[in-house]
Amino acid sequence: MSENLYKGSEIVCQALINEGVEVAFGIPGGAILPLYGTLNKYPEIKHILTRHEQGASHAADGYARTTGKVGVAFATSGPGSTNLITGLATAMMDSVPIVAITGQVGRAAIGTDAFQETDITGATLPVTKHNYLVMNAKDIGKTIHEAFYIARTGRPGPVLIDIPKDVFDEMSIYDYKKDSKVEILGYNTFEKIDESQLQDAAKLINNSKKPVILAGHGVIISKAQTKLLELAEKAQIPVVTTLLGISSFPEDHILFTGFPGMHGMAYASITLDEADLIIGIGSRFDDRIVGNAKRFGINSKKIHIDIDPAEIGKTIKIDAPIIGDVDTVLRLLNPKINTKTHPQWLKRVEHIKSEHPSLLIPETDRLLGQQVIKTLSDITKGQAIICTGVGQHQMWTAQHYKFINSNSWLSSGGLGTMGYEIPSAIGAQIGAPDKTIWSICGDGGFQMTIGELATVAENKLPIKYAILNNNHLGMITQWQDMFYDGERNSETYTGNPDFVKLAEAYGIKGMRVKDQNELSKAIIEANNHNGPVIIDFVIEKVDYVYPMIPAGQSVDQLIEENKSK
Amino acid sequence: MNKDTFSRRIIVALVKDNPGVLAAIVGVIRRRGINIASLAVGHSEKNQFSRMTFVVEGQEKSVANISSQLNKLIDVVEASDISDKNIVWRELALIKVSCNQSKRVELLELSKIFRVNVIDVGLNNITFEISGSDSKIDAFVELLEEFGIEELMRTGRIATLRGATKVGMKEGEFNSKHNSDIYLSKEGETGSV
Repeated sequence: MSENLYKGSEIVCQALINEGVEVAFGIPGGAILPLYGTLNKYPEIKHILTRHEQGASHAADGYARTTGKVGVAFATSGPGSTNLITGLATAMMDSVPIVAITGQVGRAAIGTDAFQETDITGATLPVTKHNYLVMNAKDIGKTIHEAFYIARTGRPGPVLIDIPKDVFDEMSIYDYKKDSKVEILGYNTFEKIDESQLQDAAKLINNSKKPVILAGHGVIISKAQTKLLELAEKAQIPVVTTLLGISSFPEDHILFTGFPGMHGMAYASITLDEADLIIGIGSRFDDRIVGNAKRFGINSKKIHIDIDPAEIGKTIKIDAPIIGDVDTVLRLLNPKINTKTHPQWLKRVEHIKSEHPSLLIPETDRLLGQQVIKTLSDITKGQAIICTGVGQHQMWTAQHYKFINSNSWLSSGGLGTMGYEIPSAIGAQIGAPDKTIWSICGDGGFQMTIGELATVAENKLPIKYAILNNNHLGMITQWQDMFYDGERNSETYTGNPDFVKLAEAYGIKGMRVKDQNELSKAIIEANNHNGPVIIDFVIEKVDYVYPMIPAGQSVDQLIEENKSK
Repeated sequence: MNKDTFSRRIIVALVKDNPGVLAAIVGVIRRRGINIASLAVGHSEKNQFSRMTFVVEGQEKSVANISSQLNKLIDVVEASDISDKNIVWRELALIKVSCNQSKRVELLELSKIFRVNVIDVGLNNITFEISGSDSKIDAFVELLEEFGIEELMRTGRIATLRGATKVGMKEGEFNSKHNSDIYLSKEGETGSV
């Protein structure tokens, strides 16, 4: 029997198609040219040409978060591959499934410091869930299927596959059976949930008088929003979400109690603090929420539901862990929970909310970032998919946008990657072509990946970019003023381009808003425009995000608002 | 380093014999500022799998989390912190000592007491092979110091659980074991809550 031989690059494409890949983001270069030379033969894979590899990795990230599928990025060896690293690290911190395929110098040149050679598997070890250097074409298929399995199962994450240039050209068989299962010894996806863990947790919940749910990104990744709602309603438990847990629970729900932590609502942090039981679901009790680990939640026991056992007890002591996928865990846990109300506790939470409203926008005739977000939220009725960069605009968006739909919030929560706002929206729009995407940007982060506007223009992606432009690295100004004795340095952006002219240079509709009175009209106009828009919102130069719990501190040190104003 | 938060743990890991697995493991340990006091690697009873024993030292909190973090590596089949278990461990050392004829008898007597093998005798030196607990090796090394140690090399600890319990488990047992025993045992072992 004669077997069909394929080029390594053909095997890559066939394996990607077999994994259901429809889109790949990337940019060609020397070592990956054999793959690009083959790509035309496989129209099933739509290639989106980004202008920089960081853009490709963030776009793959945005696509993955929006669709729940694995995002794919291509890059060449050397600088192409190192440019991916920020995107991989972003995805690693936020558990986003990505498979990145990089070209490598030819096998004979590896280790010789050849032109454009970087040890990218070595360099990406700490920022990938796993990576591979494939030295034979016969291993390509198996490696790609394994990589996709690793990327999307368990706690998802990025996987990088490095393929030497001559391996793309090597001929080999590709044997793929549709139903073949990937098996990796020692790799555990924790499908079997420990019954005793469920019982211990159920007992704590049923006996608790003041429970609160802390819902994280894991709820969204596991698509457990319905089960979360069921649990909260059944036992009448207030729900706070983490920053990345935003949009895991409808914000117009009576039990929704905001997001806690450094820039969260004061009432959310106080509710967490007063609770006698914190039920962490798909959250990793990160330092922006916990602050001072010794002080955090001193009044409460903790349940921690997570698929990653290494997260249990990592930052705080856990009384009842449950290891497993959130949706599966809640499916088994919810029937064990008594239908119950906590009238006194819920009344107390309502009281906390009214005592600490947290999100009052100051009365002023100048344009504030908060007003932009609030107006956008009202006009889009909380229905848009929102991307952000990192900084004040991100926090204002988290605070003032009222997210109604699940999984409608894309932000770099763990790594805090400025520059995420432009390319992640590209991936999100391609993953959800029928949805309205608003990307909220800072004037700082916007300029970090500004080249991707060409990608937006080329693909006519109708993304609405809202720049909250204060000519400052706003959060940096805030920290320098608050924690570095007002010693400001390098926080002002005096050389900003004219963003309206810049938009027009790319063939994108550009708008500028300086006045509160123009706000609604401009947002409606942009929202209805059939194509990309960049709005330059010229906002108050120096403004601070409140509430704030300074880094490493606790709810006791919560600063509710700027008293000096 | 604050004394009461300093911790020293013995970790045994069954790993795939893939290039880069050692770098991945060392990376997980290094980035947390944990020192590897010793590391021993060799083939295991399973084809294409190696077993590593390493002793790590660092802040209690980060060291306690290490075996869980290592278990996340795809090429690590299983990593266990066995410090608080009933274990046996050994270390091997080769020691080359300066020795002229007049001292040779004395040294050979000493080696008998410690049940140490002589593996090479030269005109002006003698090489011992000693295995045992690290304290036994320490004691022997201390005695030899006055003769003049030319070279000392130690493998670091290798360790296993006493009796029938195996550190590395059979493939079939793997999933159920992972779910409960190792990470979340209720006795408050290292790596647990």
